[in-house]
Amino acid sequence: MSSNMMRSTKAILKRKNYIQGCCVILRGAFTKMPIQRVPLVLLACGSFNPITNQHMRLFELARDYLHSTGQYQVVGGIVSPVSDSYGKQGLVLAKHRIAMAKLALQSSNWVTVDEWESQQPDWTETVVTMRYHYGRILKEYEESTHEDFNGSRSHPQSLPPQLKLLCGADFLDTFNIPGLWRDDHMEEVVGHFGLVCVSRGGLQPEQVVHESDTLWRHRQNIFQVKEWVRNETSATEVRRALRRGTSVKYLIPDSVIEYIQQHNLYTQDSERRNEGMALRPLVKQAHQPVESLDD
Amino acid sequence: MEDDRRTMVTLLACGSFNPITNMHLRMFELARDYLEDTGRYKVVKGIISAVGDGYKKKGLIEAFHRVKMARLATENSEWITVDAWESLQLEWVETAKVVRHHYSLLTADEQDGDLVDSVNYTKKRRMEGNYVESASHHSKRVGPQLMLLCGADVLESFCIPNLWKQEDIAEIVGRFGMVCITRCGSDPHKFIYKSDMLWKHHKNIHVVTDWVTNDISATHVRRALRRGQSVRYLLPDNVLYYIQEHDLYSAESEQKNAGVVLAPLQRYSGDPSS
Repeated sequence: MSSNMMRSTKAILKRKNYIQGCCVILRGAFTKMPIQRVPLVLLACGSFNPITNQHMRLFELARDYLHSTGQYQVVGGIVSPVSDSYGKQGLVLAKHRIAMAKLALQSSNWVTVDEWESQQPDWTETVVTMRYHYGRILKEYEESTHEDFNGSRSHPQSLPPQLKLLCGADFLDTFNIPGLWRDDHMEEVVGHFGLVCVSRGGLQPEQVVHESDTLWRHRQNIFQVKEWVRNETSATEVRRALRRGTSVKYLIPDSVIEYIQQHNLYTQDSERRNEGMALRPLVKQAHQPVESLDD
Repeated sequence: MEDDRRTMVTLLACGSFNPITNMHLRMFELARDYLEDTGRYKVVKGIISAVGDGYKKKGLIEAFHRVKMARLATENSEWITVDAWESLQLEWVETAKVVRHHYSLLTADEQDGDLVDSVNYTKKRRMEGNYVESASHHSKRVGPQLMLLCGADVLESFCIPNLWKQEDIAEIVGRFGMVCITRCGSDPHKFIYKSDMLWKHHKNIHVVTDWVTNDISATHVRRALRRGQSVRYLLPDNVLYYIQEHDLYSAESEQKNAGVVLAPLQRYSGDPSS
Protein backbone atom coordinates (compact mmCIF):
# COMPACT_ATOMS: atom_id res chain seq x y z
CA MET A 1 0.00 0.00 0.00
CA SER A 2 1.33 3.45 -0.84
CA SER A 3 1.81 5.81 2.10
CA ASN A 4 -0.83 8.19 0.73
CA MET A 5 -3.39 5.38 0.55
CA MET A 6 -2.38 4.24 4.01
CA ARG A 7 -2.79 7.66 5.58
CA SER A 8 -6.20 8.10 4.06
CA THR A 9 -7.22 4.61 5.16
CA LYS A 10 -6.14 5.33 8.70
CA ALA A 11 -8.07 8.56 8.64
CA ILE A 12 -11.16 6.76 7.39
CA LEU A 13 -10.88 4.14 10.11
CA LYS A 14 -10.52 6.76 12.78
CA ARG A 15 -13.53 8.73 11.68
CA LYS A 16 -16.00 5.94 11.01
CA ASN A 17 -17.05 3.03 13.17
CA TYR A 18 -15.54 -0.38 12.70
CA ILE A 19 -18.26 -1.82 10.50
CA GLN A 20 -17.98 0.99 7.99
CA GLY A 21 -14.22 0.77 8.18
CA CYS A 22 -14.40 -2.82 7.09
CA CYS A 23 -16.62 -1.88 4.15
CA VAL A 24 -14.04 0.64 2.99
CA ILE A 25 -11.35 -1.98 3.09
CA LEU A 26 -13.50 -4.56 1.34
CA ARG A 27 -14.56 -2.05 -1.27
CA GLY A 28 -10.90 -1.49 -1.76
CA ALA A 29 -10.77 -5.00 -3.12
CA PHE A 30 -12.31 -3.73 -6.28
CA THR A 31 -9.46 -1.31 -6.70
CA LYS A 32 -6.98 -4.17 -6.24
CA MET A 33 -6.23 -3.39 -2.60
CA PRO A 34 -5.67 -6.57 -0.55
CA ILE A 35 -8.63 -7.56 1.63
CA GLN A 36 -7.62 -7.27 5.22
CA ARG A 37 -8.99 -9.72 7.68
CA VAL A 38 -10.91 -8.42 10.64
CA PRO A 39 -9.11 -9.29 13.87
CA LEU A 40 -11.49 -11.29 16.00
CA VAL A 41 -11.60 -12.27 19.64
CA LEU A 42 -13.85 -15.16 20.71
CA LEU A 43 -15.49 -15.01 24.11
CA ALA A 44 -16.96 -18.10 25.71
CA CYS A 45 -19.21 -17.55 28.71
CA GLY A 46 -20.37 -20.54 30.68
CA SER A 47 -20.19 -22.53 33.88
CA PHE A 48 -17.03 -24.45 32.98
CA ASN A 49 -17.99 -26.81 35.72
CA PRO A 50 -15.47 -28.26 34.97
CA ILE A 51 -13.74 -27.22 31.76
CA THR A 52 -13.44 -30.15 29.34
CA ASN A 53 -11.57 -31.00 26.15
CA GLN A 54 -14.81 -30.30 24.34
CA HIS A 55 -14.83 -26.68 25.55
CA MET A 56 -11.35 -26.21 24.25
CA ARG A 57 -12.31 -27.88 20.97
CA LEU A 58 -14.95 -25.18 20.47
CA PHE A 59 -12.23 -22.60 20.18
CA GLU A 60 -10.20 -24.66 17.75
CA LEU A 61 -13.17 -25.46 15.53
CA ALA A 62 -14.38 -21.86 15.55
CA ARG A 63 -10.97 -20.52 14.69
CA ASP A 64 -10.52 -22.88 11.75
CA TYR A 65 -13.97 -22.04 10.45
CA LEU A 66 -13.60 -18.27 10.73
CA HIS A 67 -10.21 -18.35 9.06
CA SER A 68 -11.66 -20.33 6.21
CA THR A 69 -14.22 -17.58 5.49
CA GLY A 70 -11.30 -15.37 4.49
CA GLN A 71 -12.79 -12.47 6.43
CA TYR A 72 -11.41 -12.97 9.89
CA GLN A 73 -8.17 -13.44 11.74
CA VAL A 74 -8.86 -14.93 15.14
CA VAL A 75 -6.36 -13.24 17.43
CA GLY A 76 -7.56 -14.35 20.84
CA GLY A 77 -9.90 -16.50 22.86
CA ILE A 78 -11.34 -15.81 26.29
CA VAL A 79 -12.88 -18.30 28.71
CA SER A 80 -15.08 -16.42 31.16
CA PRO A 81 -16.50 -18.66 33.89
CA VAL A 82 -19.81 -17.49 35.36
CA SER A 83 -19.94 -16.18 38.91
CA ASP A 84 -21.18 -18.26 41.84
CA SER A 85 -24.30 -16.11 42.08
CA TYR A 86 -25.61 -17.67 38.87
CA GLY A 87 -27.16 -20.23 41.18
CA LYS A 88 -27.02 -23.18 38.82
CA GLN A 89 -27.37 -26.56 40.46
CA GLY A 90 -24.06 -28.30 41.04
CA LEU A 91 -21.94 -25.19 40.44
CA VAL A 92 -18.71 -25.41 42.44
CA LEU A 93 -16.88 -22.31 43.66
CA ALA A 94 -15.65 -19.95 40.97
CA LYS A 95 -12.14 -20.03 42.40
CA HIS A 96 -11.95 -23.75 41.59
CA ARG A 97 -13.50 -23.38 38.15
CA ILE A 98 -11.04 -20.62 37.34
CA ALA A 99 -8.09 -22.64 38.65
CA MET A 100 -9.09 -25.67 36.56
CA ALA A 101 -9.56 -23.59 33.43
CA LYS A 102 -6.14 -22.04 33.93
CA LEU A 103 -4.56 -25.47 34.30
CA ALA A 104 -6.30 -26.70 31.19
CA LEU A 105 -5.26 -23.70 29.12
CA GLN A 106 -1.72 -23.43 30.40
CA SER A 107 -0.35 -24.79 27.17
CA SER A 108 -2.57 -22.73 24.88
CA ASN A 109 -0.91 -19.84 23.13
CA TRP A 110 -4.09 -17.99 22.27
CA VAL A 111 -6.88 -18.82 24.69
CA THR A 112 -6.85 -17.35 28.18
CA VAL A 113 -9.06 -17.39 31.27
CA ASP A 114 -10.62 -14.19 32.54
CA GLU A 115 -11.85 -13.73 36.10
CA TRP A 116 -13.69 -10.46 35.75
CA GLU A 117 -17.17 -11.95 35.37
CA SER A 118 -16.65 -14.37 38.26
CA GLN A 119 -15.51 -11.55 40.50
CA GLN A 120 -18.56 -9.34 40.05
CA PRO A 121 -20.78 -9.11 43.14
CA ASP A 122 -23.88 -10.31 41.31
CA TRP A 123 -24.49 -12.45 38.25
CA THR A 124 -23.57 -10.48 35.14
CA GLU A 125 -25.64 -10.53 31.99
CA THR A 126 -23.75 -11.94 29.04
CA VAL A 127 -24.08 -8.69 27.14
CA VAL A 128 -22.48 -6.77 30.01
CA THR A 129 -19.54 -9.17 30.00
CA MET A 130 -19.26 -8.73 26.26
CA ARG A 131 -19.31 -4.94 26.53
CA TYR A 132 -16.59 -5.11 29.17
CA HIS A 133 -14.29 -7.28 27.08
CA TYR A 134 -15.00 -5.39 23.89
CA GLY A 135 -14.17 -2.12 25.64
CA ARG A 136 -10.89 -3.62 26.80
CA ILE A 137 -9.74 -4.91 23.44
CA LEU A 138 -10.83 -1.76 21.64
CA LYS A 139 -8.85 0.33 24.11
CA GLU A 140 -5.77 -1.83 23.54
CA TYR A 141 -6.23 -1.46 19.83
CA GLU A 142 -6.63 2.31 20.00
CA GLU A 143 -3.57 2.63 22.19
CA SER A 144 -1.46 0.63 19.78
CA THR A 145 -2.84 2.56 16.80
CA HIS A 146 -2.04 5.83 18.53
CA GLU A 147 1.53 4.69 19.16
CA ASP A 148 1.97 3.60 15.57
CA PHE A 149 0.66 6.84 14.22
CA ASN A 150 3.05 8.83 16.33
CA GLY A 151 5.91 6.49 15.60
CA SER A 152 5.07 6.69 11.90
CA ARG A 153 5.72 3.01 11.30
CA SER A 154 5.16 2.06 7.74
CA HIS A 155 3.46 -1.31 8.14
CA PRO A 156 -0.22 -1.47 7.17
CA GLN A 157 -2.61 -0.72 10.00
CA SER A 158 -4.81 -3.55 11.19
CA LEU A 159 -8.55 -3.17 11.33
CA PRO A 160 -10.26 -2.60 14.66
CA PRO A 161 -11.00 -5.87 16.41
CA GLN A 162 -14.40 -7.51 16.83
CA LEU A 163 -15.67 -9.61 19.68
CA LYS A 164 -18.03 -12.50 19.13
CA LEU A 165 -19.69 -14.90 21.50
CA LEU A 166 -18.56 -18.50 21.10
CA CYS A 167 -21.01 -21.15 22.16
CA GLY A 168 -22.39 -24.62 21.61
CA ALA A 169 -25.73 -25.17 19.90
CA ASP A 170 -27.43 -25.82 23.23
CA PHE A 171 -26.74 -22.20 24.06
CA LEU A 172 -28.94 -21.05 21.17
CA ASP A 173 -31.78 -23.00 22.75
CA THR A 174 -31.53 -20.90 25.90
CA PHE A 175 -32.81 -17.89 23.98
CA ASN A 176 -36.21 -19.59 24.04
CA ILE A 177 -36.35 -20.01 27.80
CA PRO A 178 -38.82 -17.42 29.10
CA GLY A 179 -37.27 -14.82 31.34
CA LEU A 180 -33.70 -15.95 30.79
CA TRP A 181 -32.80 -13.32 28.24
CA ARG A 182 -33.92 -9.73 27.91
CA ASP A 183 -35.00 -8.99 24.35
CA ASP A 184 -32.75 -5.96 24.05
CA HIS A 185 -29.81 -8.00 25.29
CA MET A 186 -30.48 -10.70 22.74
CA GLU A 187 -30.52 -8.02 20.05
CA GLU A 188 -27.20 -6.66 21.17
CA VAL A 189 -25.46 -10.02 21.58
CA VAL A 190 -26.64 -11.37 18.25
CA GLY A 191 -27.11 -8.19 16.23
CA HIS A 192 -24.28 -5.98 17.38
CA PHE A 193 -21.62 -8.48 18.40
CA GLY A 194 -22.44 -11.77 16.72
CA LEU A 195 -22.43 -15.46 17.58
CA VAL A 196 -20.19 -18.31 16.61
CA CYS A 197 -22.15 -21.42 17.34
CA VAL A 198 -20.55 -24.86 17.19
CA SER A 199 -23.12 -27.58 16.75
CA ARG A 200 -22.90 -30.80 18.70
CA GLY A 201 -24.37 -34.09 17.64
CA GLY A 202 -28.15 -34.26 17.82
CA LEU A 203 -29.10 -30.60 18.02
CA GLN A 204 -30.65 -28.52 15.27
CA PRO A 205 -29.23 -25.03 15.48
CA GLU A 206 -30.60 -23.94 12.14
CA GLN A 207 -34.07 -24.82 13.36
CA VAL A 208 -33.64 -22.74 16.51
CA VAL A 209 -32.59 -19.75 14.43
CA HIS A 210 -35.54 -20.31 12.13
CA GLU A 211 -38.00 -20.41 15.01
CA SER A 212 -36.87 -17.15 16.61
CA ASP A 213 -37.63 -13.86 14.89
CA THR A 214 -34.75 -12.09 16.59
CA LEU A 215 -32.23 -14.77 15.68
CA TRP A 216 -33.63 -15.00 12.16
CA ARG A 217 -33.27 -11.27 11.67
CA HIS A 218 -29.58 -11.50 12.55
CA ARG A 219 -28.85 -14.83 10.91
CA GLN A 220 -25.98 -13.27 8.94
CA ASN A 221 -24.30 -12.58 12.23
CA ILE A 222 -24.69 -16.14 13.50
CA PHE A 223 -21.86 -18.32 12.29
CA GLN A 224 -22.78 -21.99 12.38
CA VAL A 225 -19.80 -24.28 12.72
CA LYS A 226 -20.40 -27.94 12.15
CA GLU A 227 -18.56 -30.45 14.23
CA TRP A 228 -18.70 -33.57 12.11
CA VAL A 229 -17.26 -35.76 14.79
CA ARG A 230 -19.89 -36.51 17.39
CA ASN A 231 -18.36 -35.82 20.72
CA GLU A 232 -20.78 -35.59 23.56
CA THR A 233 -18.27 -35.06 26.30
CA SER A 234 -20.09 -32.51 28.40
CA ALA A 235 -19.23 -31.14 31.82
CA THR A 236 -22.46 -32.79 33.02
CA GLU A 237 -21.19 -36.19 31.88
CA VAL A 238 -17.82 -35.56 33.43
CA ARG A 239 -19.42 -34.71 36.78
CA ARG A 240 -21.60 -37.80 36.53
CA ALA A 241 -18.59 -40.01 35.89
CA LEU A 242 -16.70 -38.44 38.79
CA ARG A 243 -19.63 -39.00 41.18
CA ARG A 244 -19.71 -42.64 40.18
CA GLY A 245 -15.98 -43.05 40.50
CA THR A 246 -15.53 -43.87 36.83
CA SER A 247 -12.69 -42.60 34.72
CA VAL A 248 -12.63 -39.20 33.04
CA LYS A 249 -9.12 -39.55 31.75
CA TYR A 250 -8.73 -38.25 28.18
CA LEU A 251 -11.97 -36.25 28.52
CA ILE A 252 -10.37 -33.48 30.51
CA PRO A 253 -6.68 -32.65 30.94
CA ASP A 254 -4.69 -34.69 33.49
CA SER A 255 -3.84 -31.53 35.42
CA VAL A 256 -7.55 -30.83 35.89
CA ILE A 257 -8.20 -34.41 37.05
CA GLU A 258 -5.47 -34.02 39.64
CA TYR A 259 -6.90 -30.75 40.85
CA ILE A 260 -10.37 -32.28 41.18
CA GLN A 261 -8.98 -35.21 43.16
CA GLN A 262 -6.90 -32.99 45.41
CA HIS A 263 -9.90 -30.85 46.30
CA ASN A 264 -12.48 -33.64 46.12
CA LEU A 265 -14.61 -31.34 44.04
CA TYR A 266 -17.39 -33.32 42.44
CA THR A 267 -19.53 -35.48 44.67
CA GLN A 268 -23.20 -36.22 45.39
CA ASP A 269 -23.13 -33.24 47.73
CA SER A 270 -21.60 -30.82 45.28
CA GLU A 271 -24.22 -31.76 42.70
CA ARG A 272 -26.97 -30.78 45.14
CA ARG A 273 -25.64 -27.26 45.61
CA ASN A 274 -28.24 -24.66 44.72
CA GLU A 275 -30.87 -27.38 44.55
CA GLY A 276 -34.30 -25.82 44.31
CA MET A 277 -32.90 -22.35 43.77
CA ALA A 278 -34.03 -20.31 40.82
CA LEU A 279 -31.36 -19.27 38.38
CA ARG A 280 -30.26 -15.72 39.15
CA PRO A 281 -31.11 -14.30 35.72
CA LEU A 282 -34.70 -15.50 36.06
CA VAL A 283 -35.03 -13.68 39.39
CA LYS A 284 -33.16 -10.55 38.37
CA GLN A 285 -35.01 -10.08 35.12
CA ALA A 286 -38.46 -11.10 36.28
CA HIS A 287 -39.55 -7.66 37.38
CA GLN A 288 -37.45 -5.50 35.14
CA PRO A 289 -39.32 -3.47 32.57
CA VAL A 290 -38.11 -4.13 29.07
CA GLU A 291 -36.33 -1.04 27.85
CA SER A 292 -37.31 0.42 24.56
CA LEU A 293 -34.98 -0.43 21.72
CA ASP A 294 -34.71 3.26 21.03
CA ASP A 295 -32.50 3.69 24.10
CA MET B 1 -15.72 -60.31 45.81
CA GLU B 2 -12.42 -59.86 47.64
CA ASP B 3 -9.50 -58.69 45.61
CA ASP B 4 -7.69 -62.02 45.52
CA ARG B 5 -10.75 -63.91 44.28
CA ARG B 6 -11.09 -61.71 41.24
CA THR B 7 -9.65 -62.66 37.87
CA MET B 8 -6.65 -60.58 36.87
CA VAL B 9 -7.27 -59.23 33.40
CA THR B 10 -4.96 -57.78 30.81
CA LEU B 11 -6.62 -55.87 27.99
CA LEU B 12 -5.02 -56.11 24.56
CA ALA B 13 -5.98 -53.65 21.85
CA CYS B 14 -4.87 -54.46 18.32
CA GLY B 15 -5.31 -51.89 15.62
CA SER B 16 -3.71 -49.46 13.22
CA PHE B 17 -3.40 -46.59 15.71
CA ASN B 18 -2.88 -44.39 12.74
CA PRO B 19 -2.66 -42.19 14.76
CA ILE B 20 -3.63 -43.01 18.32
CA THR B 21 -6.42 -40.74 19.59
CA ASN B 22 -8.17 -39.93 22.85
CA MET B 23 -10.91 -42.32 21.77
CA HIS B 24 -8.50 -45.27 21.76
CA LEU B 25 -7.31 -44.29 25.20
CA ARG B 26 -10.89 -43.89 26.45
CA MET B 27 -11.65 -47.46 25.36
CA PHE B 28 -9.18 -48.76 27.92
CA GLU B 29 -10.63 -46.62 30.67
CA LEU B 30 -14.22 -47.59 29.84
CA ALA B 31 -13.33 -51.28 29.64
CA ARG B 32 -11.55 -51.21 32.97
CA ASP B 33 -14.39 -49.43 34.73
CA TYR B 34 -16.90 -51.89 33.27
CA LEU B 35 -15.03 -55.06 34.14
CA GLU B 36 -14.16 -53.97 37.65
CA ASP B 37 -17.73 -52.89 38.22
CA THR B 38 -18.87 -56.51 37.74
CA GLY B 39 -16.85 -57.38 40.82
CA ARG B 40 -15.37 -60.40 39.06
CA TYR B 41 -12.33 -58.80 37.49
CA LYS B 42 -9.35 -56.69 38.29
CA VAL B 43 -7.77 -55.05 35.27
CA VAL B 44 -4.05 -54.96 35.87
CA LYS B 45 -2.62 -54.05 32.50
CA GLY B 46 -3.45 -52.62 29.11
CA ILE B 47 -1.45 -53.32 25.98
CA ILE B 48 -1.53 -51.37 22.75
CA SER B 49 -0.32 -53.48 19.87
CA ALA B 50 0.03 -51.55 16.64
CA VAL B 51 -0.38 -53.58 13.43
CA GLY B 52 2.69 -54.08 11.23
CA ASP B 53 3.22 -52.32 7.92
CA GLY B 54 2.54 -55.66 6.23
CA TYR B 55 -1.16 -55.11 6.87
CA LYS B 56 -1.12 -52.87 3.78
CA LYS B 57 -4.03 -50.70 4.81
CA LYS B 58 -4.49 -47.54 2.76
CA GLY B 59 -2.97 -44.53 4.46
CA LEU B 60 -1.05 -46.63 7.00
CA ILE B 61 2.17 -44.82 7.87
CA GLU B 62 5.31 -46.54 9.14
CA ALA B 63 4.92 -48.68 12.25
CA PHE B 64 7.91 -46.93 13.80
CA HIS B 65 5.95 -43.66 14.03
CA ARG B 66 2.71 -45.27 15.10
CA VAL B 67 4.40 -47.09 17.95
CA LYS B 68 6.27 -43.96 18.97
CA MET B 69 3.06 -41.93 19.08
CA ALA B 70 1.34 -44.59 21.15
CA ARG B 71 4.25 -44.51 23.60
CA LEU B 72 3.99 -40.73 23.86
CA ALA B 73 0.25 -41.00 24.42
CA THR B 74 0.64 -43.49 27.25
CA GLU B 75 3.51 -41.76 28.98
CA ASN B 76 1.17 -40.60 31.71
CA SER B 77 -0.70 -43.84 32.11
CA GLU B 78 0.04 -46.08 35.04
CA TRP B 79 -1.33 -49.19 33.43
CA ILE B 80 -1.51 -48.85 29.65
CA THR B 81 1.64 -49.86 27.79
CA VAL B 82 2.73 -50.25 24.20
CA ASP B 83 4.11 -53.45 22.74
CA ALA B 84 6.01 -53.37 19.47
CA TRP B 85 6.24 -57.12 18.79
CA GLU B 86 3.40 -57.26 16.28
CA SER B 87 4.60 -54.12 14.51
CA LEU B 88 8.08 -55.56 14.09
CA GLN B 89 6.95 -58.68 12.22
CA LEU B 90 7.60 -58.40 8.49
CA GLU B 91 4.41 -60.16 7.45
CA TRP B 92 1.01 -59.32 8.82
CA VAL B 93 0.16 -61.38 11.92
CA GLU B 94 -3.36 -62.67 12.58
CA THR B 95 -4.96 -61.13 15.63
CA ALA B 96 -5.46 -64.55 17.21
CA LYS B 97 -1.72 -65.12 16.97
CA VAL B 98 -1.01 -61.79 18.62
CA VAL B 99 -3.42 -62.67 21.40
CA ARG B 100 -1.77 -66.08 21.86
CA HIS B 101 1.67 -64.48 21.89
CA HIS B 102 0.75 -62.04 24.63
CA TYR B 103 -1.11 -64.67 26.60
CA SER B 104 1.95 -66.89 26.65
CA LEU B 105 4.06 -63.98 27.88
CA LEU B 106 1.48 -63.35 30.56
CA THR B 107 1.40 -66.90 31.84
CA ALA B 108 5.18 -67.24 31.61
CA ASP B 109 5.38 -64.30 34.02
CA GLU B 110 3.45 -66.08 36.72
CA GLN B 111 5.95 -67.14 39.39
CA ASP B 112 3.44 -67.92 42.09
CA GLY B 113 3.18 -71.69 42.59
CA ASP B 114 -0.52 -71.64 43.38
CA LEU B 115 -1.15 -69.67 40.31
CA VAL B 116 0.80 -72.09 38.15
CA ASP B 117 -1.29 -74.94 39.50
CA SER B 118 -4.51 -73.19 38.79
CA VAL B 119 -3.26 -72.18 35.33
CA ASN B 120 -2.48 -75.81 34.53
CA TYR B 121 -5.83 -76.80 35.88
CA THR B 122 -7.67 -74.25 33.83
CA LYS B 123 -5.53 -75.08 30.79
CA LYS B 124 -6.75 -78.66 31.05
CA ARG B 125 -10.34 -77.54 31.41
CA ARG B 126 -9.90 -75.14 28.51
CA MET B 127 -8.88 -77.95 26.24
CA GLU B 128 -12.07 -79.66 27.18
CA GLY B 129 -13.83 -76.58 25.88
CA ASN B 130 -15.35 -75.63 29.20
CA TYR B 131 -13.07 -72.81 30.13
CA VAL B 132 -15.66 -70.18 30.82
CA GLU B 133 -17.94 -72.40 32.86
CA SER B 134 -15.14 -73.85 34.94
CA ALA B 135 -13.67 -70.42 35.66
CA SER B 136 -16.88 -69.25 37.21
CA HIS B 137 -17.17 -72.32 39.42
CA HIS B 138 -13.55 -72.47 40.35
CA SER B 139 -13.01 -71.91 44.03
CA LYS B 140 -9.31 -71.22 43.69
CA ARG B 141 -8.18 -67.94 42.15
CA VAL B 142 -8.14 -68.38 38.39
CA GLY B 143 -5.09 -67.50 36.36
CA PRO B 144 -4.73 -64.27 34.50
CA GLN B 145 -7.03 -63.64 31.59
CA LEU B 146 -6.18 -61.79 28.42
CA MET B 147 -9.07 -60.13 26.64
CA LEU B 148 -9.15 -58.48 23.27
CA LEU B 149 -10.29 -54.87 23.55
CA CYS B 150 -11.90 -53.27 20.52
CA GLY B 151 -14.65 -51.11 19.15
CA ALA B 152 -17.92 -52.73 18.17
CA ASP B 153 -17.01 -52.13 14.55
CA VAL B 154 -14.25 -54.74 14.89
CA LEU B 155 -16.78 -57.25 16.21
CA GLU B 156 -18.96 -56.55 13.23
CA SER B 157 -16.02 -57.01 10.89
CA PHE B 158 -16.12 -60.73 11.78
CA CYS B 159 -18.64 -61.22 9.00
CA ILE B 160 -16.58 -59.59 6.26
CA PRO B 161 -15.57 -62.37 3.88
CA ASN B 162 -11.92 -63.39 4.04
CA LEU B 163 -11.05 -60.91 6.73
CA TRP B 164 -11.07 -63.40 9.59
CA LYS B 165 -10.58 -67.12 9.84
CA GLN B 166 -13.54 -68.74 11.58
CA GLU B 167 -11.31 -70.74 13.89
CA ASP B 168 -9.52 -67.56 14.92
CA ILE B 169 -12.79 -65.90 15.89
CA ALA B 170 -13.76 -69.03 17.82
CA GLU B 171 -10.49 -68.98 19.68
CA ILE B 172 -10.65 -65.29 20.52
CA VAL B 173 -14.18 -65.40 21.89
CA GLY B 174 -14.08 -68.95 23.25
CA ARG B 175 -10.69 -69.18 24.83
CA PHE B 176 -9.78 -65.61 25.59
CA GLY B 177 -12.66 -63.16 25.64
CA MET B 178 -13.49 -59.78 24.17
CA VAL B 179 -14.42 -56.37 25.45
CA CYS B 180 -16.31 -54.36 22.83
CA ILE B 181 -16.98 -50.68 23.18
CA THR B 182 -20.11 -49.57 21.35
CA ARG B 183 -19.83 -47.09 18.54
CA CYS B 184 -22.28 -45.06 16.50
CA GLY B 185 -23.99 -47.18 13.91
CA SER B 186 -23.08 -50.49 15.53
CA ASP B 187 -25.46 -52.75 17.36
CA PRO B 188 -23.17 -55.33 18.93
CA HIS B 189 -25.89 -57.10 20.93
CA LYS B 190 -27.86 -57.79 17.80
CA PHE B 191 -24.77 -58.85 15.92
CA ILE B 192 -23.87 -61.35 18.64
CA TYR B 193 -27.42 -62.62 18.75
CA LYS B 194 -27.45 -63.27 15.03
CA SER B 195 -24.27 -65.33 15.02
CA ASP B 196 -24.44 -68.86 16.39
CA MET B 197 -20.77 -68.94 17.19
CA LEU B 198 -20.72 -65.60 18.94
CA TRP B 199 -23.93 -66.42 20.77
CA LYS B 200 -22.40 -69.61 22.13
CA HIS B 201 -19.68 -67.55 23.78
CA HIS B 202 -21.68 -64.44 24.50
CA LYS B 203 -20.77 -64.56 28.19
CA ASN B 204 -17.21 -64.04 27.08
CA ILE B 205 -18.03 -60.97 25.00
CA HIS B 206 -18.41 -57.94 27.20
CA VAL B 207 -20.29 -55.14 25.46
CA VAL B 208 -19.59 -51.79 27.04
CA THR B 209 -21.93 -48.97 26.19
CA ASP B 210 -20.19 -45.66 25.75
CA TRP B 211 -22.94 -43.29 26.87
CA VAL B 212 -20.82 -40.31 26.06
CA THR B 213 -20.60 -40.79 22.33
CA ASN B 214 -17.14 -40.22 21.20
CA ASP B 215 -16.53 -40.67 17.53
CA ILE B 216 -13.04 -39.31 17.35
CA SER B 217 -11.67 -41.72 14.81
CA ALA B 218 -8.14 -41.76 13.48
CA THR B 219 -9.70 -41.37 10.02
CA HIS B 220 -11.27 -38.11 11.08
CA VAL B 221 -8.02 -36.93 12.62
CA ARG B 222 -6.07 -37.69 9.43
CA ARG B 223 -8.69 -35.92 7.36
CA ALA B 224 -8.54 -32.81 9.53
CA LEU B 225 -4.75 -32.80 9.40
CA ARG B 226 -4.79 -33.05 5.59
CA ARG B 227 -7.09 -30.06 5.48
CA GLY B 228 -4.96 -28.03 7.84
CA GLN B 229 -7.64 -28.09 10.52
CA SER B 230 -6.97 -28.29 14.21
CA VAL B 231 -7.03 -31.65 15.97
CA ARG B 232 -5.99 -30.24 19.31
CA TYR B 233 -7.75 -31.90 22.26
CA LEU B 234 -8.66 -34.95 20.11
CA LEU B 235 -5.39 -36.60 20.91
CA PRO B 236 -2.66 -35.92 23.46
CA ASP B 237 -0.63 -32.78 22.89
CA ASN B 238 2.68 -34.62 22.72
CA VAL B 239 1.32 -36.84 19.93
CA LEU B 240 0.15 -33.78 18.05
CA TYR B 241 3.57 -32.15 18.33
CA TYR B 242 5.19 -35.35 17.09
CA ILE B 243 2.90 -35.39 14.05
CA GLN B 244 3.66 -31.76 13.29
CA GLU B 245 7.38 -32.21 13.84
CA HIS B 246 7.57 -35.13 11.42
CA ASP B 247 4.87 -33.87 9.08
CA LEU B 248 3.29 -37.29 9.18
CA TYR B 249 -0.13 -37.00 7.61
CA SER B 250 -0.78 -35.51 4.22
CA ALA B 251 -2.69 -36.20 1.02
CA GLU B 252 0.36 -38.15 -0.02
CA SER B 253 0.56 -40.34 3.06
CA GLU B 254 -3.13 -41.16 2.65
CA GLN B 255 -2.34 -42.65 -0.75
CA LYS B 256 0.06 -45.22 0.67
CA ASN B 257 -1.05 -48.75 -0.26
CA ALA B 258 -3.72 -47.33 -2.56
CA GLY B 259 -4.89 -50.18 -4.75
CA VAL B 260 -3.04 -52.77 -2.69
CA VAL B 261 -5.08 -55.67 -1.30
CA LEU B 262 -5.32 -55.80 2.48
CA ALA B 263 -3.07 -58.58 3.85
CA PRO B 264 -5.76 -60.79 5.41
CA LEU B 265 -7.88 -60.64 2.25
CA GLN B 266 -4.84 -61.51 0.23
CA ARG B 267 -3.89 -64.38 2.48
CA TYR B 268 -7.29 -65.98 2.97
CA SER B 269 -8.73 -65.62 -0.48
CA GLY B 270 -5.55 -66.88 -2.14
CA ASP B 271 -4.97 -70.04 -0.15
CA PRO B 272 -7.97 -71.92 1.29
CA SER B 273 -5.71 -74.23 3.26
CA SER B 274 -3.93 -71.46 5.20
